[in-house]
Amino acid sequence: MTASTVERNRTQPRGVGRDRFENALFKILKPVVIVLLLVVAVFPFYYMVLLSFRSLDSLLQDPGALWISIDELDLSTYLEVLAPVSDGGQGFIVFMRNSLLVAISTVILTLLVAIPGAYAVSRLQFFGRRQVSGLFLAVYFFPAILLAVPLFVFFTQLGLRGSLVSLVIVYVSQVAAVSIYTLRNYFATVPVSLEEAAAIDGCSRLQTMWKISLPLAMPALVSNGLFIFMIAWNEFLFALLFLVEKRDSWTVSLGLSQLSGSIEVPTTVLMAGSVILTLPIIILFFASERLLVGGLTAGAEKG
Amino acid sequence: MTQLSGGSDLSGPPPVLRDDEDVRPGEHLVPTKPGRSRRSREENRAGLLLITPTLIIITVAVIIPIIWAVSLAFQKVRLLNIRRTGLFGSYTLDNFIEVITSPGFLSALWTTVLYSVLGTALAIGVGLIAALALRKPFRGRGIIRASLLLPYVAPVVAATFVWSTLLNPQFGFVNWFGQTVLGWEEPVAFLSQRWLPVSIFGVEIQIPIALLTVICFEGWRSFPFAFLFLTARLQAVPDVLDEAARIDGATPSQRFRHILWPQLLPTIAVLSVLRFIWTFNNFDDIYLLTGGGAGTEVVAVRVFDYMTARGDIGAAAAQALVLAAILAVLVGIYLRLFGRQEEQA
Repeated sequence: MTASTVERNRTQPRGVGRDRFENALFKILKPVVIVLLLVVAVFPFYYMVLLSFRSLDSLLQDPGALWISIDELDLSTYLEVLAPVSDGGQGFIVFMRNSLLVAISTVILTLLVAIPGAYAVSRLQFFGRRQVSGLFLAVYFFPAILLAVPLFVFFTQLGLRGSLVSLVIVYVSQVAAVSIYTLRNYFATVPVSLEEAAAIDGCSRLQTMWKISLPLAMPALVSNGLFIFMIAWNEFLFALLFLVEKRDSWTVSLGLSQLSGSIEVPTTVLMAGSVILTLPIIILFFASERLLVGGLTAGAEKG
Repeated sequence: MTQLSGGSDLSGPPPVLRDDEDVRPGEHLVPTKPGRSRRSREENRAGLLLITPTLIIITVAVIIPIIWAVSLAFQKVRLLNIRRTGLFGSYTLDNFIEVITSPGFLSALWTTVLYSVLGTALAIGVGLIAALALRKPFRGRGIIRASLLLPYVAPVVAATFVWSTLLNPQFGFVNWFGQTVLGWEEPVAFLSQRWLPVSIFGVEIQIPIALLTVICFEGWRSFPFAFLFLTARLQAVPDVLDEAARIDGATPSQRFRHILWPQLLPTIAVLSVLRFIWTFNNFDDIYLLTGGGAGTEVVAVRVFDYMTARGDIGAAAAQALVLAAILAVLVGIYLRLFGRQEEQA
C-alpha cells in the first residue's frame, strides 16, 4: 500500500529534505507536547492540594499564587472539614465511613456474585447462555438516567428513606455484568487441561473452580476488585437520588457536591474535602497501577 | 452501566459478544455417547446455577425498574399522585407528544449530540497525540503515563469542583492568568455565560462558551481512556513495518499515515462508539459543572429536572426512554458493524 509513495520519495531529493525537516520538528514537538499534556492532566490536582492548605483570605488576596510558604500553611481547613457537625465542622469523617462501607460491601458482594457467573459464562455450555450475554451487554450500555426514574419513584413511595443497603444493591446490579465480562476473559486464559487433570483426579466442578481456576485468576480478581471499589467510591447520581435527604448517610462525593453549593462553607475548606475524596483513589491507583493497566491492556488488544 | 462504569471505571475491553467460538471444555473427557449427554445435562444445570445470583440481582435492580419506567412513560404520573400509581393505569401517548413538541427537548437533544460528538472527538484526538508522543521508551515514561491517567480515575465530583474553582470569575486561577498575563479586559464566566463575544480580525463572533467548557472538561476527563487503548494497540504494531518504511525513506508523517493509521483505525472506531455512548448518557459532569444552565442542557439533565424539580415523572420517563431508544439503535449499529469483524481479527 505504501510502496508507490515511498518509491516516489526516494527518487525525489526533496523527500530527503522533508524527512530531515520532519524529524527535527517532531524532536522539538515531542517534549513540548508531553510537558503540555502533563500540565493539563496534573495541574488541577496540584491546584486542589494547594488551595486546601490556604486560608480563604489569602486566596482572595492573591489568587495567582501557585506556591505557599511553610508559615502560610493552613491545616485548619482539614480540621474543619473532618470535624463532626456538632463541633462546627462538616462531618466528612462520617461521609468517609459511609463511602468506605458502601464501596467495600459493593466489592465483596459483586465478586461473590460475579465469580461463579464469569466461570459459567466462560466454561460451561448452558441453556440461554447467549441470551444472558446479550442481556449483560444491554445493561452495560443502558442510560443510568432511565433507571433513575423508577428508582426515584420507588424511594418516594417508600417515603424517601434511602439507605446505604439499597445503594449497594443498585451498585452491585450495575457492576456485576461488567465484572463478569472482564473476569471471563481471564478464566478463558486458564488452560482447560489443568481443569481436566483435576477432574480426572476426582475433583468436583466446584472443587476445580475453587482450587485451580480461582488461584490462577487471582491477579484479575484483585484488579477487578479495585475497579469496583473505584466505581463505588466515585459514584454520584444514585447516591444523590437515594441519600440526599439524610445527611448522616451521605457519601463523600455527595457531601462535597451538596456543600459546594452553600455560601457558608469556604471554598478552601471544600478543597480539603476534595483532597479527602480523591486521595484514597489516587493512592490505590498508584499502588496498583501496573496491575490495573496491565490487566486493562491485556484485554484491550482485542479492541 | 454507562455513567457508573463509563465515567469512572477502567474496566477495559469493550464487551463484545463472542459466542460461537467457544470450545466446550471437558467435552472430550467422557467419550461415550450416553455419558456425554449426562455430562452436558449436568453442565447445563451447573451453568444455570452459577449464573442465577447475577440474574436475580439484575432482574430485581435493573430489569423490573426499567419495565416500570417504560410503563410510567405511558402514564400521566406526577410526583403528587405517585402513591396511587401502579403498573396498571390508563396508558396514553401524551407524554411523548408533549415532550417532543416542547421546544426545549429538541434543543437538549441537539446539545447532547453536539456534546457527545465533540467531546468524543476531543478525547480521542488528545489520546492519540499522547499515545504517539509517549510511544518510545524514555526515562520516567512510566510515571508520566500513570499521571496522565489521573483525570480518568479521579472522582467526578472532585474534578468538577476543582474545575469550577479554577474557572471562577472572582478568584479562579484561569481568570487571574487571563487578566494579568494575557490581558483580558474582564473575567470570563466560563460556566454561567451562554455566549461570549470574541472579535477575531475585527469581526465579532459569539462563542457558546459554557458548552465549549463542558466539552473541554469531557475531553480532559476521558482522553486517558483513549490514550490507554491506543497505547496498547501501538505496542502490538510490529516494529518490522516501521523499520522497513524508514529504510525506504518514508518521513515520520508518511510512516504515520500509511503504517500506523491503518493499524489504529479499528481501535479508533471502537473507541468512538464506546465514548459516544457514554458521553451521550452522561449526567454527572454537566449537572455538577453548570446544572444544565447557559445552553448546556443535555437530555439526561433535563430528565433529572423534570423528575425532581417539576415532579413530572411521566414526562421524565418518556424523555429517558427516547434517549435509550436512540442509544439502542446506535448500539445495534455498533454490534452489526464491529461485533462480527472482531471475531475474525
